[in-house]
Amino acid sequence: MDLIAAIEQEQLKQRPSFAPGDTVRVHAVISEGGRERIQVYEGAVVARRGRGLTETFTVRRVASGVGVERTFPLHSPRVDRIEVTRRGRVRRAKLFYLRGLSGKAARIREQRRDS
Amino acid sequence: MAAASAGAGRRGLLGRKLGMTRVFDEQGRQVPVTVIEAGPCVVVQRKTMETDGYAALQIGFLSRKASRVTRPMQGHFRKVGVSPRQVLREFAWDGEPPAVGEEFAVEIFETGTRVDVTGIGKGKGFAGVIKRHHARRGPMAHGSKYHRRVGSLNAGTTPARVFKNRQMPGRMGGKRATVSGLQVVRVDTERHLLLLRGGVPGIRGALVAIRTAKKQVRGGAMVRG
Repeated sequence: MDLIAAIEQEQLKQRPSFAPGDTVRVHAVISEGGRERIQVYEGAVVARRGRGLTETFTVRRVASGVGVERTFPLHSPRVDRIEVTRRGRVRRAKLFYLRGLSGKAARIREQRRDS
Repeated sequence: MAAASAGAGRRGLLGRKLGMTRVFDEQGRQVPVTVIEAGPCVVVQRKTMETDGYAALQIGFLSRKASRVTRPMQGHFRKVGVSPRQVLREFAWDGEPPAVGEEFAVEIFETGTRVDVTGIGKGKGFAGVIKRHHARRGPMAHGSKYHRRVGSLNAGTTPARVFKNRQMPGRMGGKRATVSGLQVVRVDTERHLLLLRGGVPGIRGALVAIRTAKKQVRGGAMVRG
């Protein structure tokens, strides 16, 4: 009879499972001058934090030579859809070391498929 | 005065603070909310100008075993045909209030209404002068040995005593406190829940009284209406 858990449960959205190192396409809802449209933001997931309704994930991409990191609440209604385009093999939970790397060094190995 | 908010008339009810969480609003923004299980409350008595010298509505909340209630109180409940309640409180009420014996709950409030919430705040124990009176602390390093202590209490030889009301360490919290002007984010009539933007006094499970706001919002701040 935990009503707070119930309120949080109602707001959770169905999201694909993904982890740091994966490459995702986030379909974010953008409102511009009273109009709403969907903008796709693609990049590598560098962190996930929190659990339940408060969970967020951070996506890093290099846009015109500048590193950009955006953090989305996982269950936000402003995140329309998340597509996982690539599974990466990484050895830690937070990939903040990528900030100091560029070009070839900033690549993430693809996860090998096990049978 | 032009009261813009809907249901500006005075009314209120009792509830139990369940805790805090957050919800997403229509714009997708996260709003911090306190969840309050409010009501159902029952009208036990209606006080009037003629008989009591003031007008109010006496409201009962949470049932109590009849054997746990004193005889005089049993009579008070029996007279109006209401099963015994744990808590009785009075509320000022504008407009036509529910009849005696009638139950009501969160439906008396609408989304967007401003409310005041009163309860017993969390006890902070024996607190120092920094936490209790917002005194400033001294430097924590560079040879300073004056960190979080009480400062000067007074001048010396004259007046040779400490004036009353000098702010000193002591018991803090655990007292009645009111937060004013909280916005009703959601009203859940099925589960008797009120979601209010921001925090309210007290521990989880604490009894709180929710009333329509005494002050009005003007330019983002609450002012006396």
